Amino acid sequence: MFAITGRMRRRLEARLWLTAGNSLRSGHPNAEPALRCTGAARYPVRVNGFRPLTRVVPREPRPLLGWGFSFYTSLLEGGRMTLRDTLEALKNEALEAVAACGDIKDLQALRVKYLGKKGPITEVLRGMGKLPKEERPIIGQLANDVRAAIQAAIEEKQKALEEREIQEKLASETIDVTLPGRTQPKGNRHPLTAVIEEIEDLFIGLGFSVAEGPEVEKDYYNFEALNIPKDHPARDMQDSFYITEDILLRTHTSPVQARTMEAHQGKGPVKIICPGKVYRRDTDDATHSHQFMQIEGLYVDRNVRLSDLKGILTIFAKKMFGEDRKIRLRPSFFPFTEPSVEMDISCFHCGGDGCRVCKQTGWIEILGAGMVHPNVLAMSGFDPEVYTGFAFGMGPERIAMLKYGIDDIRHFYTNDQRFLQQFKRA
Amino acid sequence: MNISYKWLNEYVDLTGVTPEELAEKITKAGIEVDQVFRPGEGIKGIVVGYVASCRPHPNADHLNLCQVDLGDETVQIVCGASNVAAGQKVVVAKVGAVLPGGVKIKRAKLRGEVSEGMICSLQELGVDPRFVPKEVADGIYILDEDAVVGDDALPYLNLDDAVLGLDILPNSAHCMNMIGAAYEVAAILDRDVRLPEPRVEESDRPASEKVSVAVEAPDGAPFYGARIIEGVKVAPSPKWLQNKLIAAGVRPINNIVDVTNYVLMEYGQPLHAFDYDQFGSDRVVVRRAREGETITTLDGVERTLSPEDLVITNGERPVAIAGVMGGADSEVTETTTTILLEAALFDARSVRRTSARLGLRTEASQRYEKGIDPNRVLLAADRAAALIADLAGGTVRKGVVRAGAYRAEPKIIEMPWTKINAVLGTALSQNDVLAVFRRLRFDARIEGETLVVAVPSRRPDVSIPEDLIEEVGRLYGYDHVPATLPDRASQGMLTAYQKKRRAVMRYMEGSGFYQAVNYSLTTEKKARSISYVEEAGHTPVRLAMPMSEDRSVLRLGLLPELLETVRYHLNRRINDIALYEIGKVFLTEEAALTDLPKERERLAGALTGRLRPTDWHHDARPVDFYAAKGVLEGLFDQLGLTERIEYRAASERTGMHPGRTADILLDGKVIGFVGQVHPTLQKTLDLTETVVFEVDVEALLKADVPPVRYQALPRYPAIARDIALVVDEAVTAGQLAAVIRASGGPLLKDIRLFDVYQGEHLPAGKKSLAFSLTYLDPERTLTDEEVAAVHERILAELKEKLGAVLRG
Ligand SMILES: [Zn+2]
Repeated sequence: MFAITGRMRRRLEARLWLTAGNSLRSGHPNAEPALRCTGAARYPVRVNGFRPLTRVVPREPRPLLGWGFSFYTSLLEGGRMTLRDTLEALKNEALEAVAACGDIKDLQALRVKYLGKKGPITEVLRGMGKLPKEERPIIGQLANDVRAAIQAAIEEKQKALEEREIQEKLASETIDVTLPGRTQPKGNRHPLTAVIEEIEDLFIGLGFSVAEGPEVEKDYYNFEALNIPKDHPARDMQDSFYITEDILLRTHTSPVQARTMEAHQGKGPVKIICPGKVYRRDTDDATHSHQFMQIEGLYVDRNVRLSDLKGILTIFAKKMFGEDRKIRLRPSFFPFTEPSVEMDISCFHCGGDGCRVCKQTGWIEILGAGMVHPNVLAMSGFDPEVYTGFAFGMGPERIAMLKYGIDDIRHFYTNDQRFLQQFKRA
Repeated sequence: MNISYKWLNEYVDLTGVTPEELAEKITKAGIEVDQVFRPGEGIKGIVVGYVASCRPHPNADHLNLCQVDLGDETVQIVCGASNVAAGQKVVVAKVGAVLPGGVKIKRAKLRGEVSEGMICSLQELGVDPRFVPKEVADGIYILDEDAVVGDDALPYLNLDDAVLGLDILPNSAHCMNMIGAAYEVAAILDRDVRLPEPRVEESDRPASEKVSVAVEAPDGAPFYGARIIEGVKVAPSPKWLQNKLIAAGVRPINNIVDVTNYVLMEYGQPLHAFDYDQFGSDRVVVRRAREGETITTLDGVERTLSPEDLVITNGERPVAIAGVMGGADSEVTETTTTILLEAALFDARSVRRTSARLGLRTEASQRYEKGIDPNRVLLAADRAAALIADLAGGTVRKGVVRAGAYRAEPKIIEMPWTKINAVLGTALSQNDVLAVFRRLRFDARIEGETLVVAVPSRRPDVSIPEDLIEEVGRLYGYDHVPATLPDRASQGMLTAYQKKRRAVMRYMEGSGFYQAVNYSLTTEKKARSISYVEEAGHTPVRLAMPMSEDRSVLRLGLLPELLETVRYHLNRRINDIALYEIGKVFLTEEAALTDLPKERERLAGALTGRLRPTDWHHDARPVDFYAAKGVLEGLFDQLGLTERIEYRAASERTGMHPGRTADILLDGKVIGFVGQVHPTLQKTLDLTETVVFEVDVEALLKADVPPVRYQALPRYPAIARDIALVVDEAVTAGQLAAVIRASGGPLLKDIRLFDVYQGEHLPAGKKSLAFSLTYLDPERTLTDEEVAAVHERILAELKEKLGAVLRG
């Protein structure tokens, strides 16, 4: 049998909902999803059945405490003072019982006993008809006061017991928060991808788009369109993997520039960066790789100046290597640019004082650049009298090696997980 | 190119500029100085000594006791060199001296005789043995007689010099000689250039009596000149000449050869001295070689020539490979008395081709390849003839016997002078611009708006207006160029494809995979070890000249190299591996390429071991087919392609387990596969059980997907019903799901398989699969009866089509 009256049942239901709701919100392990309103869509049938009630524990009916209701009636009949004393005694007794009570269930019993419909106070009030008319309000008031006092004591006790119950529950639920959590396994991108994406994003912010092209190229796009005709001494500088006389693995990403310019049919602006794999006949060692990455940039438009190149590269150097970086351009030679320059940045390791990283010079060579050679413009359909442009190229491996202090280029292509996972934050 | 600071100082006054400062300035002006080498660095206590007497050591066979006068004292030195003799001036390292490498000279006793110092060889003084003259290669170095006893010996050896190593690029070939370097340094320092003015004293007898010159291949040799010097005496060169050559990295041979090398270094004009008497005729004929013709070059190697090669002949056979190397037969020797001196212009391309084909790069060929100054060809001939006459005592016959002609007029370049500022972004004045050309010694003027520059023939690298802009930029200094930003604004962004590709990469990484980047070059065997494409027609693209067989063909798929990476880890006892790669493969059906191969971007993954290690929450399970498939399902879901993807058992893929591999189809077309590596391949590669996938990223990312559109949230609750079905083993989950989907009608919103069971409590040959079905009507709350009706219909269909019954 359930020792629960109709009203209590409703109140309990309400509390259970509430508790369940709270416990759900707090992630309580006993939380029953079926009790959650939002869970209704998933488990509608269960919600309608008020299954929570099954959680209220049935218990044995308790015998009524020592005295019967007739006892009060007899007291009542004993006279006014007796009645007043009786109420006082009743109050004292009830308060003592409440104070001594250490269990919520017992407290419920006390509530029923003293404040229930069949309890002594009701009994007293019921017997008030026998009192003189003028006594009635006084006793009535007294009975109400006693009832209120007992009620208050029970409420207070209830709170205290509930609080204790919660504390005990919390204490029993304490876990070792230092045990590791449940994690999802997570990999990360290759450090070269990290560098390339960083550079891409930086130049996208400066108005460049990302252009891509084939890794197996025609000799024309890889060399000739870039002002490197057959027999040009510059071909010495990059020995290539040929497939046929006219087809080879691209030795730089510049052919993408030639192709993009050609596709623009002589109309600027062309503003692109070209990342990708390139191939050269090098024996793999700590500083050489027959396959590596390159990022080249190209900006062709009316009135493009070398000073614009300097401005763009200054931003690049600062964003990539730190706001304190300075750059310097040194004259150099590339067949596809004229004038040609090489860019050094002030050493990010020593700040320019000289150290191992910068070989005591205070400067680190980062990239090659220059103003697009008029032959290159013309061959790709741009009028060199109208258009000028700048181009630059750099090696993500070198940048990654400098940035992260990597000492051997072969690490990038060995793909050791212990190497790769060092770049989670990169 | 090695530039001796002391030698350079003969042409440009370098007062006040240290070698290091000079190196810095040259580098900033565009020619990188690799290093400044001070040959005498670290050497201390070296003086000129006079060997007053020399007698054999009483107790040793090969040692001598020398009394050596050092000016302030005479000491006894035990010397083992065979060429030591009384009366020589030698280089002595005194007691307390320091030699290269930190060697300290101490007082010593050798077989009972005191030795107070050491008489030095050039090698002991740090000279590269390759450049030590033969006559002193095996002994001590002997100074000229005019050396002053007691003096510091370093200046006599030029060891107080500094050598600047210039990194010559194709546009700085004009600095591959002392005079060119002098012009460059003079421009940088804004100082004068002092040039040698060769004066040849000629006899009255014309050279043309002794020799004739004919050029049969004028495209290869536009000009050929010959001088005759008679009555020479071949001997070692004087010390000043030897020292300069050593500093330049050339080994002194004899006075004739040394002079040609000296003038080569000075003017950049290659010369060749033939022994006239060994030439074999009095006719110089320059022509293309005949197929199969041979010549033994100075280095003693017999070389077979081809008709592309240009040769100097005596009318019959080749005596030199033009611009590359002379022949051994007509080499100048100690007995030579008459010299045929060649000074010619050879075509850069021709020399380059021959030198490349023969693998023979010489000081001469390097200069011809990069282009020489035609203006200097006769100057150099005169300079050499005068020096030979001076040093070897010969008589120069009158005139240069010649064939062909050359142009050496300055090249005129005109351009609007304002273009310089427009391209550089500078604000230079006309005077600033003209000042640069004055320093370069180019004649320049500005007429109206036009800059007119006459570029001398010594600078063939300057030929267009942009070259002039570069000259201004580099000498004015790029440090003075401001940093600006382009005037025109523009927008940049990734393409949709690039954005999605990044999202795919992030997805893979979020799913536990590390990104690998492998080589595109692999072996043919590996390329074919796992088949990606259905068509067997694809051949891997092969390099014409691979560096090794390991990297000889382009990959057809990403997996073979990715599996190598897996093996790499297993070899290092790393057993839990999750790697992915995104990259291109190269497809062609042509055996010999005539067009570019098709390049496709692929995504591949390899998993082995456990995706998540065992922890206190759960036991780790080794990865299996479904781990890999699940990753892909999540990816397809993210791309909005789930509904259009299909998996089909694939039992015949090379390299893949026939029972554990599925083709992946997008809109009915195969775009990849997922499965377990075939046990045989697994064993060959020494792998653990590995699951892999490879898909065509382009097909995935270029598939048309509708744009994202918000759909109203359902206002009514969904109802879930679970069913457990018992079916024959052969029935697949895919078949069951298809029947459920087809018979579920519009109310069935979702099917989820949550359990597969086989074994106890089930009849043999049967299995049980449990699905959770979700029903929803967006317009109203479904009643139990409505759901039950659909549910019954599904069950009936399942029973009829697949014999499925509800599990009791
Ligand atoms: Zn530094």
